[in-house]
Formats: sequence, structure tokens, C-alpha cells
Amino acid sequence: MARDRICKTYDREVVLPIRAIWRATLRRCRGDQIKQLRQRQSVALLSTGAVLAAFLLAPLSFASSAEVSGYISAETRVFENAASYPGQESGPTGAVIFEPEFYHEWDGGESAFEAIAYLRKDSADEERDLFDLREFSYLWVNRDWELRVGISKVFWGVAESQHLVDTINQTDLVANPDGEDKLGQPMVQAVYVSDHGDFSLFVLPGFRERTFPGEEGRLRGRYWVDTDNPIYESSGEDERVDFALRWKHYIGDYDVGVHYFRGTNRDPGFVPGFDSEGNVVLRPYYELMDQVGLDLQLTRGGWLWKLEAIARESEVDRYSAMVGGFEYTLYGLGGSVMDLGLLAEAHLDSRGENAPVAFNRDLFVGGRLTWNDEADTNLVAGTFWDAENGSTFARVEFERRLGSRHKLEVEVQKLMNIDGFDPLYPIRRDSFLQVALSRYF
Amino acid sequence: MKPRTSKVLAFQLAALLAGLANGLNAQSPEERGLEIAKEMDLRDTGFGDSKAELEMQLTNRHGETSSRQMGMRTLEVVGEGDKTLIIFDQPRDVKGTAFLSYTHKVGPDDQWLYLPALKRVKRIASNNKSGPFVGSEFAYEDLSSQEVEKYTYKYIKDEVVDGIDCFVVERYPVDPKSGYTRQIVWVDKERYISMKLDFYDRKGALLKTLKFSDYKQYLGKYWRADQMNMVNHQTGKATRLLWRDYVFGNGYKARDFDQRSLQNAR
Repeated sequence: MARDRICKTYDREVVLPIRAIWRATLRRCRGDQIKQLRQRQSVALLSTGAVLAAFLLAPLSFASSAEVSGYISAETRVFENAASYPGQESGPTGAVIFEPEFYHEWDGGESAFEAIAYLRKDSADEERDLFDLREFSYLWVNRDWELRVGISKVFWGVAESQHLVDTINQTDLVANPDGEDKLGQPMVQAVYVSDHGDFSLFVLPGFRERTFPGEEGRLRGRYWVDTDNPIYESSGEDERVDFALRWKHYIGDYDVGVHYFRGTNRDPGFVPGFDSEGNVVLRPYYELMDQVGLDLQLTRGGWLWKLEAIARESEVDRYSAMVGGFEYTLYGLGGSVMDLGLLAEAHLDSRGENAPVAFNRDLFVGGRLTWNDEADTNLVAGTFWDAENGSTFARVEFERRLGSRHKLEVEVQKLMNIDGFDPLYPIRRDSFLQVALSRYF
Repeated sequence: MKPRTSKVLAFQLAALLAGLANGLNAQSPEERGLEIAKEMDLRDTGFGDSKAELEMQLTNRHGETSSRQMGMRTLEVVGEGDKTLIIFDQPRDVKGTAFLSYTHKVGPDDQWLYLPALKRVKRIASNNKSGPFVGSEFAYEDLSSQEVEKYTYKYIKDEVVDGIDCFVVERYPVDPKSGYTRQIVWVDKERYISMKLDFYDRKGALLKTLKFSDYKQYLGKYWRADQMNMVNHQTGKATRLLWRDYVFGNGYKARDFDQRSLQNAR
């Protein structure tokens, strides 16, 4: 099946001291930070215990209907150029990832429990080490109603090259710079399913910070992001409760979604500061925002026409952005059973070249080659081109199953002709090749 | 004069009536073919819903095999095409991937794909009817619900296949996007079920043969084959479908075949 992983942005990974952010800078004493750190450690320990208990005990108590699956993966990244900044690892790096999954349903599928743990150990950058609960939720389905309580993930949107309207979950940027990996979000999600579409209400207690490469890591700017020391606009900090509403429907050839979100912006700004060792660092600044968004797809013949748009408003910023384009698939290429999908998407941001995001007036063109073979081989390649400064960013992803239990994934990321004012400039020397081999169980 | 005239008239009338009666009895091959297709459809109408486990064994031209396992749920929709939900279980890297299809008697189907790693539901183009389903020798159109309106028909002859007395019917896809110019189907005269299907490609050459075997009857009425063997004569590849654990009368509703259930299905 076509795994649709295409390039996503580095948006906001990079330095952008928005002047107004200074005003919002919070001073916090060290004591508070240590206390907070301890709290986080105990939460992490507790949840680790809970997951382990779920994985070990649940299969026993629920007997045969419980399912355990997952994968273990080893990956390596080789960079084309030596590192740009002091402290960064220049040589190849490696990581091991373990993602076990537990699922159990009962009452004829009316109730279900799902847990997905994610464990990553990196050879160079300790900021890439991560334990996360991607999923730890209870789902209750009753006729027209659904209720999900716990840690979960939701996806909104239709576009391939950027996920503008996909708001709920924080990006796990160090898992993959393409932004497709997400952190688990604590939530209560209530859905009412009707003939007029699905209406969802999200209550989101607890904010997840974005992950960033650390001092040793590549794919960062001159100053690394101090994730131990974030700044929040909300006095509730990462314990603020956010809300979202979403309506999703399909009418004939059209699939449409509309949402409203009120809460802490998942995309941080950055404020220069010092870490505990006196290094200059970037402190992530998480503002509050209101956002409305639309996602729309028209499916007709071999054509998929796609549009995503958002309008955001915070105390210091007010803008809109969109990504739109098409995907057209040529079936049975040259008399074979292979398919070639052609993709083109345009990115627009009302702030233009001043936007703190990589794709503000950019064009994306790409292709998806699907072998339709027993190994589900497929290749996705795409290029982003900045229409104003000519900066070019290309990604290629190839995957193929080996036997019945293994999968090979190769990714290449190449930055070319990066303009000095482009947000991608700090990572201009970080073109890389990544090879990953996974075993599924 | 008079009697003579009436004699001629009577003769002419008789001839006309005989001709009419003859025309009524002896259908054209097209009418006969359509009648068989309608009878097949009628006998399979009213099953309501079903679910089954499916193993797909793929064999390449070197004789190497690989296997896929999936669950399949079907909801019969009266007056329209059926709704189908397929949930993959193996290979493990595609576990949880699910495919939802609303078949339509006329016009393109509606299809969605669920990708569990991203938790993403994606509407996909449905005009690749002739494309292979998950790398197998079955095209999407071979697996979607067989509605009468999707073909025009022509009865050819009677023939015995594997000891079963069959009608041989040619059918021609209505949809220009179909990968076939024609199919020949062997229909069991007694049970009105397919025993064998020959597929001819766009150039008119024999492409594939599908054989059905191990039919079982459910709810005292509906026949389902436990084995379906598809052989591609042009590539030497083959796909065998092994069906098991058929359950009818699950009480499925339309709600069990929507985008929400696509995401939640396991």
C-alpha cells in the first residue's frame, strides 16, 4: 500500500526572534525548573510503569483477543558535508527505535484499548533519545457516538508536501525532519457521527513540547534549542487545557473538513537565552493562538485536487497560509503494472518572505512511483523551490519489504542553492542519506 | 371470393402468430445472457451482510510465494452496489491498513484508504479499476461487487466443466476504464454460480483465468467459494485466495462502513 510519506517542512525549526516575543519573556527561577523537571521525571516513570504493566499483564487477563505487534528498527544517517557548527557530530550517526503496540477490544468492538510506546536511542545526540507514549487510550463506540480518552494521535488534512491544518499533535522533529512523526497528545475526544458529517470536540489537557536536535545533533542552527527551558505565553504553561472543534464530511466527490482551535501554538518561536552552563541557546516560545482552518479534496477520475488553508491569530501575529495543488496518477506505466503519481502543490503565506517558515512562497513538484509488487515497493521524490530566492530542497524516499517481516527504507535529503535569508540557511550543509532496516512482529 | 379471402387471411394470421410465438420463445443470445446474469444476481440478493478472513497467496513466475492476510466485511446495499471494508493483518508492516469501498452500479466507486502509522484517512482515486489489488493478480474490478449493470451479456453455449453442467456467457464491461474487452464466464446451471472466468485484455488476448472451488452454502441459500485461483497466462504469476470463517447476519449498519469505522477497525 502506498505509504504516503512525503517531505514536510523544517518550518520554525530555525532561529526567528520575533521582536514582540521579548515582551512575553518569562523569568523563572531555577528552583521552579528543577521542581518541574522532577515532576516530569516522575510522570515519565509512572507512565513507563503503566505501559509495561499493560504490555505484560493485559495479554494474560484479556487472553486470546489481545494483540501485540510492532517493530524494532536500526537506522543510520550519513551527511554529505562536515558539520557547520562547533559541537555537532560530523560523522555518521545511528539510532535504534523500538515501537511495540498493544490492542484489545471487547463488548463486540464497542470498547477498545490501545497502547503504543516509542523508544529511541541515538548514538550522538542525547536530545534524540526519547521515550514517548504515542497512544495510550480507551475508545468507546456507541452507534452515533464515539469517545476517546487518553493519549492519542489524530490527523487532519489532505495535502502531501505540508500538513498545515494538522494541528492537534506536536511534531517529533528529531524522529524525522520531514515532520510526519508526531508525539502522543493527552485528549478527550467526543465524536458525533451524523448524516451531515462527523462533529468532533477535543479537550486537550497538557501540552507537548516539540523535540529539537541538541548540541551534538545536525539539522539545527548555530544555537541549539534548549528544550529544558521553554517559555509559555499561558500562565498555565504546559498544563493549560486547549480546545478544538472539527467537522468532517464527504459529499459526492468532495471530502471537506473545517476546524477551530484555541490554545497553545504547537509551532514555537525562539528567544535567545543562556542554558545552565552559560551557552547561548534558543528558548522555545509557545504563544497562545486562535486558528480556523479548512481542508478540501476533490476526487475525480485520476485527479485529486487538494486545498488546505488556515488563519491564525495571536497577540503578536495575524496571518493566513495555504497549500493547494493536485495529484494525478498514471496507471499501468508503459504497459506494466506500475503506477506513477504526479504531484504539484503551491505554498503561500500572507507574511510572504518575512514568514518564519521555510515554505512561504514555494512550489513543490514530485512523483510517487508504485511498483504494485508483492514487496510493496515504492519511491516518492519531491522538490521544494522557493519562488523568490531560488532555494531548493529535495527529498527522496524509497521503501521495500524484504521477506515477510523486514522492511528497508532509504531517504535522501538534499539542500541546494540555499539563499542566505532563507529559513533553511542554517541547515544548508545538512544534506543526508538515511538507511533504516526494520523487523516487524 | 369471400371464403377464399378469409382463408388467406387466416393463413397469414396463423403465420404471424406462429412467428410471434417463436420470437417470444427463442430469445436472442444477448437476452439469454442477461437473463442468466439477472438470475445469478437474484439468487445472491438478500444476504444482508457477511464477514470473512482471507489469505492471499501470491506466486511469482519463479514459483516463489508470499502471503497476505486480511479481514473482509461486506454490507449489501439494496438498489446500489455493496459496501466493503478490508483490514490488513499481514504482512506485519501493513497491519492495520484498511480499505473502504462503496461500489456503485453506475459511475466510479468511492474509495478510502486508512494508513495507521499516520492515522490518516485518504480518499483515493477509483479509476484504476484495472490496477492490481495489493500486488496480486486480482484487479480492483475483479474483487468489487459484481453488479448486473456493469456488463452487457451474450449467451454462447452449454458446456460441462469439471463434471458440472454450465452455461457459457460472454460479458463485456460497460466502463471504458476496464482492463478487459470481454470475459467468458462458466455458470453452474443448477446453482447459478460462477465456476470459471476467462479475462481478455484490451488487445483481445487471453490474460487471466480464475477458477472457483470448494463452494459452501450459507443461510441455506448463498454460495461462497473457499478457494479462488487466478492465473495470469501472460506473466506466469498466480494468486490464490483462501477464504475462511464466513459469518453472515452480523447486523452491520451503514455506520460500520464509514470513515470513522475505517479508522477504528482491526
